[in-house]
Amino acid sequence: MDAILYTAMNGARQTLDEQSVVTNNLSNASTTGFRAQLAAARAVPVNGPGVHATRVAAVTTTGLFDTTGGAIQTTERDLDVALDQNNWLAVQTPAGEAYTKRGDLQLDADGRLMVNGMPVLGDGGPILLPLGTQVSIGNDGTVSGIGMGGDANELVPLDRIKMVRVDQPNQLQRGDDGWFRSPVGAALARDENAQLVSGALEGSNVNTIEAMVAMIDTQRRYDLNMSVISKADETAQSANSLLSVRG
Amino acid sequence: MIKSLWTAKTGLTAQQQQLDVITNNLANVNTSGFKRSRAVFEDLLYQNMRQPGAMNNAQDTLPSGLQVGTGVRAVATERLHSQGSLNNTENSRDLAISGKGYFQVLMPDGAVAYTRDGSFQVNQDGQLVTANGFPLEPAIFLPANAMSVTVGQDGIVTVTQPGNTQNNQVGQITLAMFMNDAGLEARGGNLYVETQASGAPTESLPGMNGAGTLFQGFVEASNVNVVEEMVNMIQTQRAYEINSRAVSSADEMLARLSQL
Repeated sequence: MDAILYTAMNGARQTLDEQSVVTNNLSNASTTGFRAQLAAARAVPVNGPGVHATRVAAVTTTGLFDTTGGAIQTTERDLDVALDQNNWLAVQTPAGEAYTKRGDLQLDADGRLMVNGMPVLGDGGPILLPLGTQVSIGNDGTVSGIGMGGDANELVPLDRIKMVRVDQPNQLQRGDDGWFRSPVGAALARDENAQLVSGALEGSNVNTIEAMVAMIDTQRRYDLNMSVISKADETAQSANSLLSVRG
Repeated sequence: MIKSLWTAKTGLTAQQQQLDVITNNLANVNTSGFKRSRAVFEDLLYQNMRQPGAMNNAQDTLPSGLQVGTGVRAVATERLHSQGSLNNTENSRDLAISGKGYFQVLMPDGAVAYTRDGSFQVNQDGQLVTANGFPLEPAIFLPANAMSVTVGQDGIVTVTQPGNTQNNQVGQITLAMFMNDAGLEARGGNLYVETQASGAPTESLPGMNGAGTLFQGFVEASNVNVVEEMVNMIQTQRAYEINSRAVSSADEMLARLSQL
């Protein structure tokens, strides 16, 4: 039988993968700081003996992520921060320094500043806050506290959140745990001009309209591949019936 | 069978949990000392279906792999312990905390619970208790012939009695503070209990060491912002609809397959 059946099957399989990526983006439409995955199909010529050079299979890849910013919503919580478009927050994970756009900072029982369970990096490691501090985070990431035992109105600078600058999406790679890391392994340098806004959160950057259209598009492309499979089946059937008449 | 179906299901579950949280906030919009929650989401693990750099054929390697996410989950319902507005009630037994700290309440089992709800009452022994009858800790007894009760911003409770020109100090209210307020476990009835995540309580006089000050004749209102919750509710509903559309899309693709 002609390889068309397998070429179409391969196409259908790739669109299924692509649909998974689109659905994952949609289901994370309200995950704070989520960056949408971009799926791209790549042409892969089918090589090998006996196969026509006209056959080209498709492979779905998800190398990059969408770098556009998400919607900023004000929460008026002291420990919520929204970062500038190209700035990322540095956190310490067991697998090394990682970066995130999530800005919903929390404290753990020891007073360490955390984001989603991982300590946020400051000047030299995790940022520690003393008990009973009214924390405020400045635009350059400086963490200050008011009212630590002494003068109730004195603002004491404690540490500065490490933020890095990412201009190209290929500077970061999404790990299987959802954290972004530098693909070369080395930690990125602090961006001295990085800015953030406290009291606000950056939402997911999934564009639901685009994702919905992509979902419909993927579904119909899948349908097309399925039609090709049906047609190949019919062709083979008529060929078989021709043979049976002669026999 | 088909990943999208399960991924979309995680989206539906997450949005439903979000709606549960919003509804609870809205239901408690008039509960004194109530602190609103929000659902915190994170993306689930990613499956590396094709590793970048894998051999495509004998000569070439794949420049980028295929990494498929498996959806979303709600990791926490985080309680936001921001200050609620102080409402004047002109009731001398209503106390509000402006700033950090919690009133300590003795539970029937001997454990201490913590609350921001300062609408206290007096029981048959003259002791200050919460609306549920749990006594304030440290215990404060008001004499039966007390004409008026005054609670200072520093928590000192004084009463005036007939035939006595001097105010009598009958007790000192202290506040408990936690390193991580969001780590407290809500027990219902406006009460919280300590957990490992919150850290151990530190007792402090009101106005000292960063603890808030007390205001007599005020109660702290709920910190729920109705407008914000309504906007969140609209967003949640639409996100739910979009995810259910993804389920039907995946279903149609499966149906197309079975029609071959």
